[in-house]
Amino acid sequence: MIRFQVKKTLRAGASLFRLQAEAEVAKGGFLGVAGPSGSGKTTLLRCLAGLERPEAGFIAGPEVWFDSARGVFVPARRRSVGLVFQDYALFPHMTVLGNLLYASNDRSRAMEYLDLVRLTEHAGHFPRELSGGQRQRTALARALMRSPDLLLLDEPLSALEEDLRAALGEEVKRVHQQTGVTIVMVSHSRAELGRLTTQLLELSGGAGQVY
Amino acid sequence: MDWVPFWVSAQLGLWVTGILLVVGFPLAWLFVFSRRRWVVWIESVFSLPLVLAPTVMGFYLLLLLSPQNGLGRFFEETFGVRLAFSFPAIVFAGCISALPSMLAGLKTGLLGLSPSLLEASATLGKGWFETFFRVVLPQMKGGVLVGVILTFAHSLGEFGVVLMIGGSLPGVTKVVSIAIYERVEALDFGAAHAYALVLIGVAYPLVVALNFLQRQEARRAR
Repeated sequence: MIRFQVKKTLRAGASLFRLQAEAEVAKGGFLGVAGPSGSGKTTLLRCLAGLERPEAGFIAGPEVWFDSARGVFVPARRRSVGLVFQDYALFPHMTVLGNLLYASNDRSRAMEYLDLVRLTEHAGHFPRELSGGQRQRTALARALMRSPDLLLLDEPLSALEEDLRAALGEEVKRVHQQTGVTIVMVSHSRAELGRLTTQLLELSGGAGQVY
Repeated sequence: MDWVPFWVSAQLGLWVTGILLVVGFPLAWLFVFSRRRWVVWIESVFSLPLVLAPTVMGFYLLLLLSPQNGLGRFFEETFGVRLAFSFPAIVFAGCISALPSMLAGLKTGLLGLSPSLLEASATLGKGWFETFFRVVLPQMKGGVLVGVILTFAHSLGEFGVVLMIGGSLPGVTKVVSIAIYERVEALDFGAAHAYALVLIGVAYPLVVALNFLQRQEARRAR
């Protein structure tokens, strides 16, 4: 189970607003975070990953990752999270397999995950040789390599073309069902989240509302 | 022809390049990624050798290293080592004067680095050490190579600051550029030509390599 309550002041140009969001996701749950751009969706995800520090609140996975009251802040590299970046952030000088092995040097596990996202035959290719959808699946497999307690997806489908989005949405759903990992996914499209997630958190340039 | 000055120059170049490669990284990192305003002031101090007369640096370094005061006195009294007019002195001076060259290469390399790669490495459980050697360094190897070549080539051409702080001790601080100066002063143009041509023969391929590299980096950045 993941529980969080995050408060952070955001600066968008000259204006300030307060990101305030809280939710509770059961183990194996799939939370969607929706909201217009600039509503703090990515910031919330980065706080959960440990890449940014909220001003107040708490974040608890299997252990407490952040608690402003007790001054606890566990940095990203010591949290059991996987993050799929919006630009995928694949290491350009490593092959698909190399990217997975960087996360965890376990070859049989890497082959298993490549099989899961149907990239086995691309194991030896470099990111620049892949299509957008293949890169996204590589990033997904890499994020799963360390068996995270929480998988974070930052607009994973936004960079893809229309017809690929639906297919990859199904891919994410399938991975979710097969691995049972808890997921928090950010998207500006409520329709997309509605198809995939079990819970929805709406950010509207202020307080987050759970549906 | 006396080849010893070449040997001294080559040693100077290798020492300076090696030291700056280590010292340059944290500085380049600070200058590229820090958003604090005072960093600009520090960075500008390290850029001064680009525009200052080498004699200005040489003069103050000489005062610093002289046995009468400062660092020179400390070394003389504690270790019994005289810094002024020694090989370590010209390496020290060479490092200060070539630092902008190394920083130029390393900064270009760091600027081309995507911050999300560093964050990806962190979310994959890696500390800075592993991230540095397995992600940062391979990603900026072009910039590192540019820095290394520029620094080494710069050090081969070092003249004013070496002359002021190292004198011209044969086999110790007499580098090629000083040897040429002395041969010209002695009207021994034949020897001056020989030294100069060898120096050009080394410098030209280095600069060609540098320009090819920079073209490649520019294409990669596009």
